[in-house]
Amino acid sequence: MARIIVVTSGKGGVGKTTSSAAIGLGLALKGHKVVLIDFDIGLRNLDLIMGCERRVVYDFVNVINGEATLNQALIKDKRVSSLSILPASQTRDKDALNKENVGKVLEELGKSYDFIVCDSPAGIEAGAMMALYYADEAIVTTNPEVSSVRDSDRILGMLASRSRRAELGLEPIKEHLLLTRYSPKRVEEGEMLSVEDVKDILSIPLLGVIPESQAVLKASNAGEPVILDTESDAGKAYQDVIERLLGEEVEFRFIQAEKKGILSRLFGG
Amino acid sequence: MALLDYFFKKEKQVTTASKAKERLQIIVAHERNSRNKQPDYLPQLTEDILKVLRKYIKVSDESFSINLDKKEGDLNVLELNIELHDELNKD
Repeated sequence: MARIIVVTSGKGGVGKTTSSAAIGLGLALKGHKVVLIDFDIGLRNLDLIMGCERRVVYDFVNVINGEATLNQALIKDKRVSSLSILPASQTRDKDALNKENVGKVLEELGKSYDFIVCDSPAGIEAGAMMALYYADEAIVTTNPEVSSVRDSDRILGMLASRSRRAELGLEPIKEHLLLTRYSPKRVEEGEMLSVEDVKDILSIPLLGVIPESQAVLKASNAGEPVILDTESDAGKAYQDVIERLLGEEVEFRFIQAEKKGILSRLFGG
Repeated sequence: MALLDYFFKKEKQVTTASKAKERLQIIVAHERNSRNKQPDYLPQLTEDILKVLRKYIKVSDESFSINLDKKEGDLNVLELNIELHDELNKD
């Protein structure tokens, strides 16, 4: 049985696609068979972050409409052979997705993949609901900032009431908090909500803390998910996320500000 | 200046982060409440509606359901579902 994981947030621009790409690739690098699905119909971007935008021929909606088979639409990653990407459609037929036909595609994919990672669109409209409907687990991507935290709580409500698991009265979706764009220095200065603050408010288990990092923009510029940048802080933080998803206990890194020496503290710099 | 800051900044002041946390705790608690809460009048309303219905038709408890749904924005929908059986037409 494949694990269906939705990467969601409510608010836009918090790092859902960056995280989906990093996590999908990271799991595949561990030898698992992974498929990444872009649910953002009309605003596809996962292809760009994955660096396969020029190889898109058919998309999710083509598959749903029977215009292409799954195998025709799936793009095999050039770096890791066990990873495939199912791109979203760029045309605007948002209503193409419904529970029934999405369910069929996921069931089909579940036969040959270990992980199905669903990159949700922002908002709480039909597209976002569709991305979370079949999920077994949810990675709630949150920035340490008031509007993002509030929206994440909203999404937690949706996970608990609007998902398939909720409707059928099954075991609830397993929720994970992924805190992104975290700046330990600003937290220390009292300018940013801390990990503990966000955990207190949302009260769901912490999966990872990704520091605000220049590596993320560089990675998206190049179409190479940031987890491949193994020297970078963000890359390492995503690697820890993968270990935790696979059941390992890993200590949290990058949540303390770098200690300054006494001299630089006294004289600035 | 950093030297001076170091000694004078020590007094605890309310940080913007703690303000953010406080505001979030209040709004999130409030929104969670309104998400989960059924209005107090719902059980009584259900009984009253059933009473009126039973004046005219046979309604078993299983063939009746009532649901208050919060839609987006300020829209609330009261949903009544009553199954009518064929035998009702006979009397």
